[in-house]
Amino acid sequence: MAFDQDSVRRTAHLARIALPPTEIPAVADQLERIMELVEELRAIGTTGVPTMAHPLDLDQPLRPDTVGNHDQREVLMASAPAADHGLFLVPKVIE
Amino acid sequence: MELHESSLRELRQGLQERDFSSVELTTTLLKRISALNPMLNAFVTVTEGEALAAAATADARRAAGEDGPLLGIPLAHKDIFCTAGVRTTCGSKMLERFVAPYNATVVERLAAEGVVMLGKLNMDEFAMGSSNENSHFGPVRNPWHTGMVPGGSSGGSAAAVAAGLVPVATGTDTGGSIRQPAAFCGITGIKPTYGRVSRYGMIAFASSLDQGGPMARNAEDCALLLNVMAAHDPRDSTSHPAAASDFLRGLDRPLQGLRVGVPEEFFGAGLDPEVAAAVQAGIAELARQGAAVRSIRLPNNPHAVSTYYVLAPAEASSNLARFDGVRYTHRTANPADLADLYQHSRYEGFGAEVRRRILVGTYVLSAGYYDAYYRKAQQVRGLIREDFRRAFAEVDVIVGPTTPTPAFPLGAKNADPVAMYLADIYTIAVNLAGIPAASIPCGFTAAGLPIGMQLMGDYFADDLLLNVAHRYQRETQWHRTHPSLQAGEV
Repeated sequence: MAFDQDSVRRTAHLARIALPPTEIPAVADQLERIMELVEELRAIGTTGVPTMAHPLDLDQPLRPDTVGNHDQREVLMASAPAADHGLFLVPKVIE
Repeated sequence: MELHESSLRELRQGLQERDFSSVELTTTLLKRISALNPMLNAFVTVTEGEALAAAATADARRAAGEDGPLLGIPLAHKDIFCTAGVRTTCGSKMLERFVAPYNATVVERLAAEGVVMLGKLNMDEFAMGSSNENSHFGPVRNPWHTGMVPGGSSGGSAAAVAAGLVPVATGTDTGGSIRQPAAFCGITGIKPTYGRVSRYGMIAFASSLDQGGPMARNAEDCALLLNVMAAHDPRDSTSHPAAASDFLRGLDRPLQGLRVGVPEEFFGAGLDPEVAAAVQAGIAELARQGAAVRSIRLPNNPHAVSTYYVLAPAEASSNLARFDGVRYTHRTANPADLADLYQHSRYEGFGAEVRRRILVGTYVLSAGYYDAYYRKAQQVRGLIREDFRRAFAEVDVIVGPTTPTPAFPLGAKNADPVAMYLADIYTIAVNLAGIPAASIPCGFTAAGLPIGMQLMGDYFADDLLLNVAHRYQRETQWHRTHPSLQAGEV
């Protein structure tokens, strides 16, 4: 059993998702089903097979180090849920 | 021929000959959208005012002597592409009120050609889904049968094109999200080679798999759109230097001597017999046109779904970490402290499927599990790519079904995430390898639902796939059959 309810609570905390306690049993069942699906990977022989992170075997390109982005503070902050004087507001962190 | 059923070539000719203006064409389609969208729910946002202004601009450019294949042509974008000044939701409550400060490269390039954007199209939230039922804005309905799903995640794009609300649309494909809805809605769509189409301004789901592409009613229209969409973009570090090409140039080459491979693994248990028969008939048509058809093996294809459901959630859990309730997303009311703000904003802003995939991704990347799942899946991904490498040493194109079944009823697979994942069993390996693949209409079931045939090609063989699709469509009528829709129908 990869996904018991404790694993769900621990993983939800790592993912910063506040799952209500009432949802945890159902989520545990669904995640267990998904992990059963992927469990078959363990049986595949991959000794010496290199990992493939990406489809293109390209080097990461570099571009000239020139200024391209200009001040867009107002437009960047227009969708902020709470802002004041050009700053994002969050609950008080330091008492 | 009705305007809403016309191809891009026909529309351009009408605009050139002044049979109609872009404003008239745009007005006609906006009326059709307002009549049919309440039933189909393909559009999340309709940008009527902006569209009429863009159409007037296109007409003025044409009056000044300009011409171009897309000048004055209406289209709509999947709501995953950022549009400056028009909200971009990605199908999520998290981004319900998000207005991007910039245009995606795809949006910008098409706008420069003079296209007229009619609005933003519905999708599964963050492109996670195969039925379009995971949208915060409600499910899209299949224009061929409104009790059926349109497929996903680009379900709004597929339904809008099939219903004649737009001639062409943009989509994205991470595990089948262009091809599967194209098959379910009876249209043509291509997922290009990874690196062809810029991901700049395309909201990320799984960055090593995501690729934008065109969805249209025929292969030629896909080629016209891809000619503009495919280009090297210095703002996307995974954009390929040789991304651009002329996809019209080889469109009409005869298929004589084309080597077609048919993978045994795509015709096994679980394949609907009506789908199998239609795809076999499609392959027979390619043979009739001179293609040499042979059986091939892709022995690791059966592992594609499990590989994908490690790698895609892992990348998603990382990409979606940015949605924190602070800067531009949904924020929970009255958080107790900063941790509470993050956790409740994320619980409320993401739907159930997105939360599930973030949890799976977080789990497979967490301490103690990385080697067993993530590293292992990356190795199997390499095996899947090797299968294709071996196959393309012997054949030019691989052909099979796009989906194991035709469109299924709304609600049929909602209770079981794994059953939904298996809807993409034939499409996912292509994304893992990064190769191009298209879906084209090849028949209907007895119940009148469209069936899609998938064409897969080697890296950068996108032009060959469009060529094969175009030659097939010259001799068949499936793509010219349109659903009959009346406003008010449910």
